[in-house]
Amino acid sequence: MSLTERKPELEAPIFEKSGVGRVGYHPSAAADACEPRLDASLLRDDLDGFPELSEPEVLRHYTRLSSLNFSAVTNFYPLGSCTMKYNPIVNDRMASLPGFCGIHPYAPTETVQGALELIRDLEHWLAEISGLGAVSLQPAAGAQGELTGIKIIRRWHLAQGNARSKILIPESAHGTNPASAALSGYDAVVIPTDERGLMSADSVKALLDDEVAALMVTNPSTLGLFEVEIAEIAKAVHDAGALVYMDGANMNALMGKAKPGDMGADILQFNLHKTFSTPHGGGGPGAGPVAVRRDLEKYLPGPRIAEKASAAEKQGLLYWDADRPDSVGKVRSFYGNFGILVRAYTYMLACGGDGLTEITEKAVLAANYIRAGLVGRYHLPYDTASLHEVVFTDKVQNAHGIKTLDIAKRLLDYGFHAPTIYFPLVVAGAIMIEPTESESVETLDAFIDAMLRIADEAENDPQRLHDAPETTPLARLDETRAARHPVLTWKRASEDIDDERDSQSAQPEKGA
Amino acid sequence: MRYIPHSTSDVERMLETTGVASVADLFASIPESLRETAGLALPDGLGEQEVVARLEALARRNRVLGTFQGAGSYNHFVPSVVHQVLSRSELATAYTPYQPEVSQGTLQICFEFQTYISILMGLDVANASMYDGASALAEAVLMSLRIGRKRSRILISDGVHPEYAAVVETYLDGFGRGVIERIPLGPDGRTDLGKLEKMMDGDVACVCLGYPNFFGVIEDLAAASAIAAKHKAIAVSATSEMLALALLKSPGDCGVDIAVAEGQSLGLPMSYGGPGVGLFATKREHVRQMPGRLVGETVDDEGRRGYVLTLATREQHIRREKATSNICTNQGLAAVAATVFLGLAGRRGLRALAAVNANRAEEVASRLESEAGLRRVFSGPVFNEFVVDEPGGDWFADAVEHGVVPGVRLGEMFPDRPEMAGRLLVTVTECNTTDQIDTLVRSLAARRAA
Amino acid sequence: MEIPSNLRYTKEHEWVRVEEDGTVTVGITDYAQEQLGDIVYVELPEVGDDPVSKDEPFAVVESVKAVSDVYAPVTGKVKEVNDELPNSPEAMNQEPYGDGWLVIMELEHSSELEDLLSPEDYQTLLNEVA
Repeated sequence: MSLTERKPELEAPIFEKSGVGRVGYHPSAAADACEPRLDASLLRDDLDGFPELSEPEVLRHYTRLSSLNFSAVTNFYPLGSCTMKYNPIVNDRMASLPGFCGIHPYAPTETVQGALELIRDLEHWLAEISGLGAVSLQPAAGAQGELTGIKIIRRWHLAQGNARSKILIPESAHGTNPASAALSGYDAVVIPTDERGLMSADSVKALLDDEVAALMVTNPSTLGLFEVEIAEIAKAVHDAGALVYMDGANMNALMGKAKPGDMGADILQFNLHKTFSTPHGGGGPGAGPVAVRRDLEKYLPGPRIAEKASAAEKQGLLYWDADRPDSVGKVRSFYGNFGILVRAYTYMLACGGDGLTEITEKAVLAANYIRAGLVGRYHLPYDTASLHEVVFTDKVQNAHGIKTLDIAKRLLDYGFHAPTIYFPLVVAGAIMIEPTESESVETLDAFIDAMLRIADEAENDPQRLHDAPETTPLARLDETRAARHPVLTWKRASEDIDDERDSQSAQPEKGA
Repeated sequence: MRYIPHSTSDVERMLETTGVASVADLFASIPESLRETAGLALPDGLGEQEVVARLEALARRNRVLGTFQGAGSYNHFVPSVVHQVLSRSELATAYTPYQPEVSQGTLQICFEFQTYISILMGLDVANASMYDGASALAEAVLMSLRIGRKRSRILISDGVHPEYAAVVETYLDGFGRGVIERIPLGPDGRTDLGKLEKMMDGDVACVCLGYPNFFGVIEDLAAASAIAAKHKAIAVSATSEMLALALLKSPGDCGVDIAVAEGQSLGLPMSYGGPGVGLFATKREHVRQMPGRLVGETVDDEGRRGYVLTLATREQHIRREKATSNICTNQGLAAVAATVFLGLAGRRGLRALAAVNANRAEEVASRLESEAGLRRVFSGPVFNEFVVDEPGGDWFADAVEHGVVPGVRLGEMFPDRPEMAGRLLVTVTECNTTDQIDTLVRSLAARRAA
Repeated sequence: MEIPSNLRYTKEHEWVRVEEDGTVTVGITDYAQEQLGDIVYVELPEVGDDPVSKDEPFAVVESVKAVSDVYAPVTGKVKEVNDELPNSPEAMNQEPYGDGWLVIMELEHSSELEDLLSPEDYQTLLNEVA
């Protein structure tokens, strides 16, 4: 393979393509100027810097930009902990039905009973999967679901008389866990990972005291391992008067196989963009519903869906009940990312209970298939049985001066998105692979083959890996330069670059 | 299951390679006592045709009405090119651009997005988006507490969207610092700056105003910011109708330090309130305290221009409990919609669209006054929404029967604010047809006649 | 790995130089900069009369993907900070013992100097961690 000739410029920013007097969307067909009848003192001069382009130019620009991306449709995308599964096209089509996307959040509830019914049913289905009593769909993402969960924990403890001050979090957890805890005033206390890659009941018990408000656990963990002592751990946590929060990021490993509620979880957040196939969208929008034990329902964000009970009041009519004095309050405006909820609902309707169970089975099978294909050539830090994902390291390749980053970049040349790398932090040089249920055995074979070839290259031609990627639109990018002298918005070439440098010297703001 | 490619023979082969006897054995690490045996009590799966029929039936139970409701979610037209770009799987099914060499599409769009938002806000830097306008305001308040390290008073105008203020309250619960106090409105519907002045001291971390505010009124943001600046407090503006900023003096020009907004008006449907896209911009000197993802320009090993995620050390995956926020993702695809929309409308279209909104709102307001005798409650200038006193009776339901939702009833929204009883917030956009406007005016005028 | 013989060191990989006027200059060691990689940003303490305590985190050094606290090696007031650093953080990589210095402090208890490591002891420490 020779170095592919790369283009000198991929696609200039839209601001450099602007003409004069063109417009791609205008409220009047003739694109007449329209002046507002507002007092001039309230108005800005112009939208200086905005481009002027016709509709086809804009379409081409963004279509060409899209072609520079790897995506789950175009490439195998085994990004660990992100569950990059197939996102059925019908989900998107249903979310754009006018009956769903054309309704206003404050529309009279009698006129939006279909939306309320969808929300109610989705809450019930997620409650069934979690083994918990009640669900709120309001949180906009997994991290916001975590924040909601922590607020609920705090409210519950306050009702017992003391908010407490600490939350126990395993070393391998997502960074959002300690960040969410800290936002609510809790100190994050780290639980060490043992030689199995697991959290031991003894290590948790050693940390428990009457200042611990909760344990925040991801199960299966970010290492793809089931926390086998979870029941004993949960009991100890409950005995200490604390709650168990479960991060449901990895629910794709559990559907129909085990319920968090049975493991002793009191609160759990789902990530609909992971387990329930809503598109990741290059970073969102997602949705992070929160499930709680029945007696914690009163703390869920409001309003909640309720049903008119008496015949006099239009029996059976669904409405939003805002009278929730114990609620933690709202975490976002309106009721959540409704368009995402429609997609997840569509997916669950298509799959059914048996289909979701099969999805979990095949996701776990695929991860173990990859594990079997790579073990021996890549270092496996923990030989505990894997569920939906498997974590390797670069330890074997280090002998040839090759690091995880080099392996990841070389995989791009073979047409695969890289796994999640350098996470979880508890494993040095981690390579975290989550294939999901969506990939055929031929694709998995091709990926394994590429990884084995890279292992060969690490021994025989390490420079090739240092130089990778060769075939992508750009070579490796200079992240140091981007961070040392941040250029965060487009500027005309004539605008002095010193502007950027001057402001660099500004000291971090120190308030009073 | 049509979404899974593994046939029975594939499964056998995979199990053999894996060295596991059966699929059930793959779950042997789950203790037996925790294993689910009954299966999930969910409906049986359906074929695509049945799924579509079920969803269409549900969607039909929602009535798509002509609406004069706004209040944070706006009925604006979405051009077809926006739909088309969002349907590109390359953008929709990619994730966080961790590998910039194969993510330049997402990254460059974020960079363009940051540029547009920075221009509209009149501030140096904007992030790659937040969940929504409400949580963006909560993040702005938390940021002001990081900047004003020892300060604790949070002043929020009564004109800030009530849901935004509620979210701020939720976020602050347990944070350890930050006490919310409300600044009342004056009779013109603007924040009472005389009262604000009296509330100020060296303990105020931030002053938050809506711009335009929840009642549609355009605040004197420059004067409010000047008052905040006098006491070295952070001035924050929160906008829920982003289209207004195509015309109005930018928050940055008015002297605010942090401007947040809901960007749903820019190319996203109402979709029963979500997803939208939170916007967040600030001055360069505060960039290290900013939450959320940022994309920066750089070069590759061969000198070509390219884009990467940058200044990531602020974020949770590196700083964990010391991060500026717990936010992980942005609203990726929703930010793409806004970027494409702003590119299409561009310098001329966006201002024209905003002007159409402002002028039609004014027309509707004057017709309501002349034909229905309903005067605007607040005298301050407005963009595309305004408040009138409702007539009595069940005229609202009648209007809905005629296919038009006349507005948002403020009495229901503010049960604790008696002065809001019987008031209606009316929003007018380019999507309201002449027929809808006639129906609105008729149903209000008829009630008066009756 | 450079370990100048005229400096004192800490276990946290900082160096301290006693100046003629009795103040001390503080920076991070060659080993520390190498471990961090390309340094992109530094947050310096405020110059002021409130003394910082020994072992208190008083500055932050960032590379692209890591953040590291810098701990005060001694107790004392911060007299001066290296204003050039925010503009050219690369100096910490290129000349950790020269232009890459962080702060100048006024020593509160000269006895604390005794607690610092000699170049030989620091070398021993590095041999252990390596």
